[in-house]
Amino acid sequence: MVRFSKGALAVVATLMMSGSAFAEQRVLKYNADFDATPLAAMQALIADFEAANPDIKVELNNFDHEGYKTAIRNFLTADSPDLANWYAGNRMAPFVNAGQFMDVTDVWDANNLGDALGATKASMTIDGKQWGVPYTYYQWGIYYNKDAYKAAGVSEPKNWEEFVANCEKFKAAGIDCLTTGTKALWPGAGIFDYLDMRVNGYEFHMDLTAGKVAWTDDKVRNVFKEWARIQPYITANAAAIDWQDAAALLVQGKAANYVMGNFAVATFKQGGMTNDNLGFMVFPEITAGLPRAEEAPTDTIHIPAGAKNVADAKTFLAYVASAEAQTKLNAALGQLPTNKNATVDSADPYISAGFAELSSAYALAQFFDRDAPAEMAKAGMEGFQEFMAKPENLDAILTRLEKVRGQVYK
Amino acid sequence: MSASSSWKANQRRLAPWLFLTPGIVMFLIYVIVPIFQSMWISFYDWDGLGAKTWIGLGNYIELIDDDAFYTSFKNNIIWLVLYMFAVPAGLMIAIFLNQTIRGMRFYKSLFFFPFVISQVVVGLMFSWFYAPNFGLLYKLIEMLTGQGVAILADDRFVTYGIIAAGLWPQIAYVMILYLTGLNNVAPDQIEAARLDGAKGWKMLWYVIIPQLRPATFIAVVVTVIGALRSFDLVSVMTDGGPYGSSRVLSFYMYEKALSEYGFRMGYGAAIAVVLFAIMMVFISGFIWKMWRDETER
Repeated sequence: MVRFSKGALAVVATLMMSGSAFAEQRVLKYNADFDATPLAAMQALIADFEAANPDIKVELNNFDHEGYKTAIRNFLTADSPDLANWYAGNRMAPFVNAGQFMDVTDVWDANNLGDALGATKASMTIDGKQWGVPYTYYQWGIYYNKDAYKAAGVSEPKNWEEFVANCEKFKAAGIDCLTTGTKALWPGAGIFDYLDMRVNGYEFHMDLTAGKVAWTDDKVRNVFKEWARIQPYITANAAAIDWQDAAALLVQGKAANYVMGNFAVATFKQGGMTNDNLGFMVFPEITAGLPRAEEAPTDTIHIPAGAKNVADAKTFLAYVASAEAQTKLNAALGQLPTNKNATVDSADPYISAGFAELSSAYALAQFFDRDAPAEMAKAGMEGFQEFMAKPENLDAILTRLEKVRGQVYK
Repeated sequence: MSASSSWKANQRRLAPWLFLTPGIVMFLIYVIVPIFQSMWISFYDWDGLGAKTWIGLGNYIELIDDDAFYTSFKNNIIWLVLYMFAVPAGLMIAIFLNQTIRGMRFYKSLFFFPFVISQVVVGLMFSWFYAPNFGLLYKLIEMLTGQGVAILADDRFVTYGIIAAGLWPQIAYVMILYLTGLNNVAPDQIEAARLDGAKGWKMLWYVIIPQLRPATFIAVVVTVIGALRSFDLVSVMTDGGPYGSSRVLSFYMYEKALSEYGFRMGYGAAIAVVLFAIMMVFISGFIWKMWRDETER
């Protein structure tokens, strides 16, 4: 009996000791939606963070990218992690308004992020407070096949008129001037965003996506007027094509231009393109003298309102926002750091071009489906898809979008 | 003592209920209660996260004025009508395969094959079949007419294209139902009909088909239900596109309530209630018929 109780004591003592060892290392739960390459990049960042903060252990729980968009709604209410991935702009508004994300303005103030992350501050701000930290973004623009340009005997356009004029020459050479694949809807929105920002400017585009302007406005019609000029030269049947299939058309030289985000470069290169024949240009100017705004969808990390380890979560956000961490992370991601003091790989022409494009931009848009509320975005992107297939339906499309606007923004 | 005696007295009356209880409880929790919950939610404006707002019939009023709803509804009707083709087609193949020659089982399994593979795989195979630029059907049309037609990018053909994909496994399913039915056709009646000089169509129409009535009933039921719950093929092949022209009610409900651009739980629930009402028409018809058949005996 005595011996037994002694043994039990010893067991309890060991348990307590190991317990205290656990207590020293605090756990930080992080739910994310990384694909393979970004996952490795983030794991490297986490390893660095843990080396700098030996008392914190980050438990990364990675979800499937598409499944995450639904899963986050469940885990934020049911089993909240300490950190969660999401997107800037209107996409985070439902969670902010429902009180699911924590106000992290103090992290921004304490680390002087308002200056370092100046380009993205507006898209992280709702009601004058910041609700998360951006860790990467990427530029949009026109990717083009230089061989297709040679085959059609045209040169890179300096402005919109030249771009449209080129299209006729591409047509004569049997090449699609502009390609896109709108089966998943969103690629078409890239074209609309750029046309709107080039025809009417950033402020109008933001008013439109915020529901302050009617879709039947003449300024919106002007955008579609310009779109109608290139519509005959866009790849036919785009509605049945995935964006990767359209990328294949560009790689094969069957299409010349593609309005895309920088993530597509990996796909183009897998298809066999190199820095020598894959070109990148900023979307050309349409209305002369408009300040140049660009698309730069921003990926972010937030602290859910139900987080248990808030103090360490804030330490992690501050680390992710730092110039050194962002330089290393984005070099691995092949994207652009949001911290202006970070550096990019000058050997990668697309990254350097993007860094120059975004840092000299007048303003940044997040992308149509992040700037507009979900329901408006869906209806809008369906309208763009329909317009590219049947431009004669424009009036019906705009009337329908105006009706949706009346229901969405109440 | 008294407890056990009352058990003995009522044993025959209670035992069935005891055996039914687990099933009834499950059915209540997972089917009946959610039906009423959906109806309840359909009166609210709710994004699944924040507070619910009671808006009464607001969702239904919006639904009446929703073009996308009518598109989905129209497509559901087209599905219902064209899916019925699976019944005669399945019967024909079953009669054709109901012979005794070498390797018949192998041929039967070939015909049954599309029902075994997942609907998702069926959808993928057909979308490649229809795909612009490299699809088999696209190339074929291009060869014949000089101008390819991308079925899934054209709002005139897209629903028919998806239904064709859905019919492939559905015909196989109906075929199996009829093959088992044909095994139970009384040989003496066929013999007697033959002696009376019945052949070909007359034999089929007056002797075989009446005996296949139970199989026909099941085939119609599964086909109606299959047509109404057609979700997976639409989701895999077109995602409701191009520009929403291939939506059906079940897909539209998913889109509004659960998809990336949705999260209007109340509106989705309202669509679900309408779909439920449509299904209820058929289901009560079937139940009524079954009830009549049972009591006639």
